[in-house]
Amino acid sequence: MTLIKTSYNRRSFLKSGALAGGGMILGFSWLASCKPTPEQVNNMPKEWFNINGFLKIGDNGMVTIMSPNPEIGQNVKTSMPMIIADELGVDWKDVIVEQAPLNTDIFQRQLAGGSQSIRAGWSGLRMAGATARHMLVAAAADTWQVDASEITVDNGVISHTATNNSAGFGDMASKAATMSVPEEVQLKETSDFNIIGTDKRNVDGPNLVTGKPLFGIDIQEEGMMIAMIVHPPAFGLTYKSMDAETVKSMPGIKDVFPIDVYPDDVEKQWSDGGAINKLVAIVGETTWQCMQAKKALKVEWEESSVLESTEGHDEALTKLLNTSAKAPARKDGDVAGAFKNAAQIIERTYSAPFLAHNTMEPMNFFADVNGERALLNGPIQTPEFLEKTLASRLNLPVEKIDIKMTRMGGGFGRRLYGTFGVEAAVISQKMQAPIKLVYTREDDMTQGTYRPTYKVKYKAGLDNEGNLIAWHVKGAGSNDDLLFENRFPAGAVDNYLAEKFSLETNVTTGAWRAPRSNFVAGAEQAFIDEVAEAAGKDPIDFRLELFDRAIKDPVGEPEKNDYDPERYAGVLKLVKEKSDWNSSQNNGKSRGVSAYYCHNSYVAQVLDLNNDTDSPKVDKVWCAVDCGIVINPMAAKNQIEGGIIDGIGHATYSEMTFENGQPQHKNFDTYRLIRHKEAPKEIETFFVDNGIDPTGLGEPSLPPIVGALANALYKATGQRHYNQPFITEKSVIG
Amino acid sequence: MANFSLKVNGKTQEIDVDPSTPMLWVLRDHLKLVGTKFGCGIAQCGACTVHLGDNAVRSCQLPVSAVGEQSITTIEGLSENGDHPVQKAWLEEDVYQCGYCQAGQIMNASAFLKRNPNPTDTEIEDAMNGNICRCGTYTRIKKAIKNAASISNA
Repeated sequence: MTLIKTSYNRRSFLKSGALAGGGMILGFSWLASCKPTPEQVNNMPKEWFNINGFLKIGDNGMVTIMSPNPEIGQNVKTSMPMIIADELGVDWKDVIVEQAPLNTDIFQRQLAGGSQSIRAGWSGLRMAGATARHMLVAAAADTWQVDASEITVDNGVISHTATNNSAGFGDMASKAATMSVPEEVQLKETSDFNIIGTDKRNVDGPNLVTGKPLFGIDIQEEGMMIAMIVHPPAFGLTYKSMDAETVKSMPGIKDVFPIDVYPDDVEKQWSDGGAINKLVAIVGETTWQCMQAKKALKVEWEESSVLESTEGHDEALTKLLNTSAKAPARKDGDVAGAFKNAAQIIERTYSAPFLAHNTMEPMNFFADVNGERALLNGPIQTPEFLEKTLASRLNLPVEKIDIKMTRMGGGFGRRLYGTFGVEAAVISQKMQAPIKLVYTREDDMTQGTYRPTYKVKYKAGLDNEGNLIAWHVKGAGSNDDLLFENRFPAGAVDNYLAEKFSLETNVTTGAWRAPRSNFVAGAEQAFIDEVAEAAGKDPIDFRLELFDRAIKDPVGEPEKNDYDPERYAGVLKLVKEKSDWNSSQNNGKSRGVSAYYCHNSYVAQVLDLNNDTDSPKVDKVWCAVDCGIVINPMAAKNQIEGGIIDGIGHATYSEMTFENGQPQHKNFDTYRLIRHKEAPKEIETFFVDNGIDPTGLGEPSLPPIVGALANALYKATGQRHYNQPFITEKSVIG
Repeated sequence: MANFSLKVNGKTQEIDVDPSTPMLWVLRDHLKLVGTKFGCGIAQCGACTVHLGDNAVRSCQLPVSAVGEQSITTIEGLSENGDHPVQKAWLEEDVYQCGYCQAGQIMNASAFLKRNPNPTDTEIEDAMNGNICRCGTYTRIKKAIKNAASISNA
């Protein structure tokens, strides 16, 4: 058994109490791991500060686990309580997961976990479950006057075999609440897990299939009006004037006015990325009335900075890649010398466009602000930062700002940037009334925090035996320098040079599912395929040779290399075996392979294209994943499948382009997203069973699939793909 | 403004609204039936799919004035207890991720299965191609539709 100290930061981690109607309650920190950062420790002023999750055991034995954070679609609301329930020893059918009450005196913070929820919460959630179990056992030991070590807990039943005593959780819960919180508790052996590692269905499923109001856009409050915004039609334009009077008299319209969302004196947070300072607000009775007014309103805009274009971005990125960085991001060996001696040199450049997030639920937020307080509710991942911005913008103390969160109709990084929450608050303050701000799809798509546009140039040198002896990579992106210089193949090549550049643009950018990796993985893995071909080697064997080098004799300081080559090679070998790589190369399918590491997890994929027709379709994807222990395989596979479809779709079809600062795609009629017909026929996922603590799962399957697709397309068509979306390079899927 | 008498989920509802108002906003803003979702407003994503009689339609492009005597069914009215074969299949396959598009997917799938109780894979793909799922649950949706077909035919 693993003995784990609960006293590490107990002051802020665990607290127990009795329930009024009988039973026990245990409060704990939901998302903080056992090892908080120094900043977190410094920011833990009060005993209950960090307590944001609860476990209640009623006198009927039902266990209620209260989750402090809503869903973005990654299923943490089901998977995280599973971890507690397993350590507690309760039957999953006796567990109810509830959305915790928000902004009470008890809850100080609700943090959105992002892609690291399970990884960060793993130890804390296990400890919470184990602590409650320990206290129940202590209560039973005291009642039966037996040694606690002789007591067993199984499926919600506490037993002492020698004395033939047994009790349900409900029988012992009230007494357990009076037991002291243990200094240390024993965690289960991973081999004893009986909930973790089993398929559990989404706890919100029944509400989703019956259309219950779960999302921010579904909020209805007494006296609430609808608000919409009009934002500049181009990056580089700002508000000048408007003719509001004719629109104000339209049916249902209450007011039309310009708003200064972010005056100069507002203290912005990082979550205010993509902020537009001046907008026009339209407030009316219904959404349709506001939409009509929005169409009719004439607004004048003026230039405030350069009006950029896609052509200009492309040229500027190319120019950057033709220069040398002031200092390399990483340099091993003698790259110039190695290229001089190389038998073959391969050099290729890859590019990708800006992408919109396009969550199916457009941005929206409810706000009710008056002179004394602000109440907000809606879909956001960063409420604590929104609160700080609002305190500055509304001149209210944070105690007077109450922010609730709803389930989110998709995130993909977009709802990290909560400027729409500030806009809603400012509009409500002006109206002195509750409003729900709703973006149209066009607002949502043309006021983005886009995935940056990228360009990367690779150069590889091979010796006479086809060994990789030199690698030079230059990466550039808009407001982002793209490269992870210490990832593969760094550490596997003697002579390695990485240089990176950032291009300043006024098109706002931000995190988009698997930032940077979403492009660089596909480029790198397509390039390696081409290098392996030049070397005359099988693409999997070529990669395995490199991992072997990184295992046996890593280049550079080993701790600098940001990956574990054995786990990397492990997923590649697993996918090779499962896809029957060696024997099915000539079965009429065109096959590509790819492997990548991000979010602390390893993924390798083989993709088969069915090239019976002129437009090949993805027939099957095999995906091997090493993300440590898998909590909920059914939900985990869903995340993997989603990432693969998302990756294939965006690399093949999607792009946002600009002309004179104007986004050229405004809705799904011209912004193409992957649809049913274009999705792979089958995806099969295999997890490495290694008992290692869990790591990221929501993002890692997306980046490599782009490489597997490009490599399979080459087999199918004879054409290499360098520029996304691939549909612009002829080979059409679907 | 004009008065309309609408049959929604088996009940008659009287509303006074501009005749150009799409059913999507009548449902969401006036009748407080928010299960039907706003996605694009131009009939490109399918999030707003409801049944007009037995047919799946995009409610964002259906003016209230065009409904007349025909009955409207929304996700809230698909079954009394959430046990329509399509709903059951969705639960069984654990289809959803964020879940936002799924009401539209379910409404489209249920109208389709009524018309074609034993569809092929290609027929499913064709029928569902107008419904976008940004999370990428397409393979599960297809499995769930086949599952629902077998539940209905059992």
